[in-house]
Amino acid sequence: MILESLERLGDWATYWLGDIGRMGRFLGAAVRGVFRPPFRFRALLGQLREIGANSIGVIFFTALFTGMVLGLQGYYTLRKFGSEGMLGSAVALSLLRELGPVLTALMVTGRAGSAMCAEVGIMRNSEQLDALECMAVDPFRYLIAPKLLATVIAMPALTMIFNVVGIFGGYIAGVELLGVSSGAFMSGMEGSVVDRDIVMGLVKAVVFGVVVVWVCTGRGYFVHRIRGAGFGAEGVSRITTQAVVISSISVLVWDYILTAVLL
Amino acid sequence: MKNGAVIRLDEVSKGFGSQLVLNRISMDVPRGRTTVIVGGSGQGKSVTLKLILGLMTPDSGRVLVDGEDITRMKKRDLDRVRSRFGVLFQGAALLDSLSVFDNVALPLQERTSLGRDEIRDRVMATLEQLGLTGHENKFPAQLSGGMKKRVGLARALQLEPEIMLFDEPTTGLDPEKTMEIYRLFSETRERFGYTAVIVSHDIPKVFNLADQVVVLNHGRVWSFASPEELQLSDDPEIVGFVRSTMGTIYRSGGVE
Ligand SMILES: Nc1ncnc2c1ncn2[C@@H]1O[C@H](COP(=O)(O)OP(=O)(O)O)[C@@H](O)[C@H]1O
Ligand SMILES: [Mg+2]
Repeated sequence: MILESLERLGDWATYWLGDIGRMGRFLGAAVRGVFRPPFRFRALLGQLREIGANSIGVIFFTALFTGMVLGLQGYYTLRKFGSEGMLGSAVALSLLRELGPVLTALMVTGRAGSAMCAEVGIMRNSEQLDALECMAVDPFRYLIAPKLLATVIAMPALTMIFNVVGIFGGYIAGVELLGVSSGAFMSGMEGSVVDRDIVMGLVKAVVFGVVVVWVCTGRGYFVHRIRGAGFGAEGVSRITTQAVVISSISVLVWDYILTAVLL
Repeated sequence: MKNGAVIRLDEVSKGFGSQLVLNRISMDVPRGRTTVIVGGSGQGKSVTLKLILGLMTPDSGRVLVDGEDITRMKKRDLDRVRSRFGVLFQGAALLDSLSVFDNVALPLQERTSLGRDEIRDRVMATLEQLGLTGHENKFPAQLSGGMKKRVGLARALQLEPEIMLFDEPTTGLDPEKTMEIYRLFSETRERFGYTAVIVSHDIPKVFNLADQVVVLNHGRVWSFASPEELQLSDDPEIVGFVRSTMGTIYRSGGVE
């Protein structure tokens, strides 16, 4: 009994250590792939459109309503202390430092990350990755690197869009709907936001971008090695769900780590 | 090369978890000939091909290509060895995101320094030989199974491989398409002179192509210098295999 449980525990630990090791090597290979010639410029553009441009709509609406909620909640909280004038500052700082990068990363996970995972997983199961390797084409350079690079470029850009639209949403809720003075909103914002806040948000955006691509393409790449995933289409759908969950949680964990380090 | 074996598996074992798929198997693939590997579904035929390509590493044993053990090779040397192989995968393994043209052009774009026009000419010529003219702008999802295999064959032949591996080239095809694939096989083999390894369970038809036959069953292998030798074998396991796959006619009637 005890021996059996110990054996199971050992088995489980071996599996997860192996899995973590694989994922670590995967990230290394993906980063090396970015710097390995020849560079696939067309593929990069395609991925930028897929991950970046096609996410703008989702980002826009998420940001608008996030900003409006912030304006609303902020207004009622700040009014208790008679400091509605701080609303612009509160909205801008929450967005720039936290909500902008985090929500953008979660949206990119849902929209692009899941698609990446499924794509790579299907390529694994239908032997397309084997075919690339047999043609001596490095799948990391050919397939993963354009996704990684595009996401690292798109994430800060999308985050900036999120921030601007979010602040605009906060302005609508606070100033247009609730009657905070426009001057106070803007000057409060200008007075409190410093370069560091913006830089912090963008650093987060880049790191989250790496995390999302790493987790999502990595899960797809190893779909045949992941315990309990099963084969075929079912395996890919399971692994995609898993990738979205792990990616989302990882973003939040990294958010905490980066905030602690950068603050 | 010694013994004329271009590929040699030496006491190779491979398992997944508690399942042992290949149990110390050894086999030779003679240069310039056609070796047919037969065996039921799930007997490790695809695994064997993946071991030969270095896509999987054996748990023990050696995989020699021209005497070099590829199981211990660095990535770069492995790429060099692989560039001598062409592979037609079971489902053709075309890249979904690329058109027929781009799929076939991929090895040329990635592995040679040929210019655009040259690549275009070569790809169009191969597509024509395989009866795919007019389909070059379609995507894999728009193709029938037989057409996918032809595109896969076109892609595999682009770099004029010395050794071609075919993983169940006719599985899932109707008899007419099957005959067409066999015809294309014979034609391209004549033209390029490659050593061929065909994994199949299209017995007995695939035997028409075979110089050597290898039977894979329950993790063990039996090699026969010709299909006739297989049919005349009196090893009880082979007799059972022949009976279950070809019926008794072939045994009692002897060689066709
Ligand atoms: N990557 C893998 N992980 C676990 N099991 C595998 C893997 N690849 C193949 N197998 C198992 O090995 C056995 C042989 O598979 P395969 O070589 O694909 O059979 P076939 O002879 O039909 O081509 C099967 O039972 C299969 O489930
Ligand atoms: Mg198979």
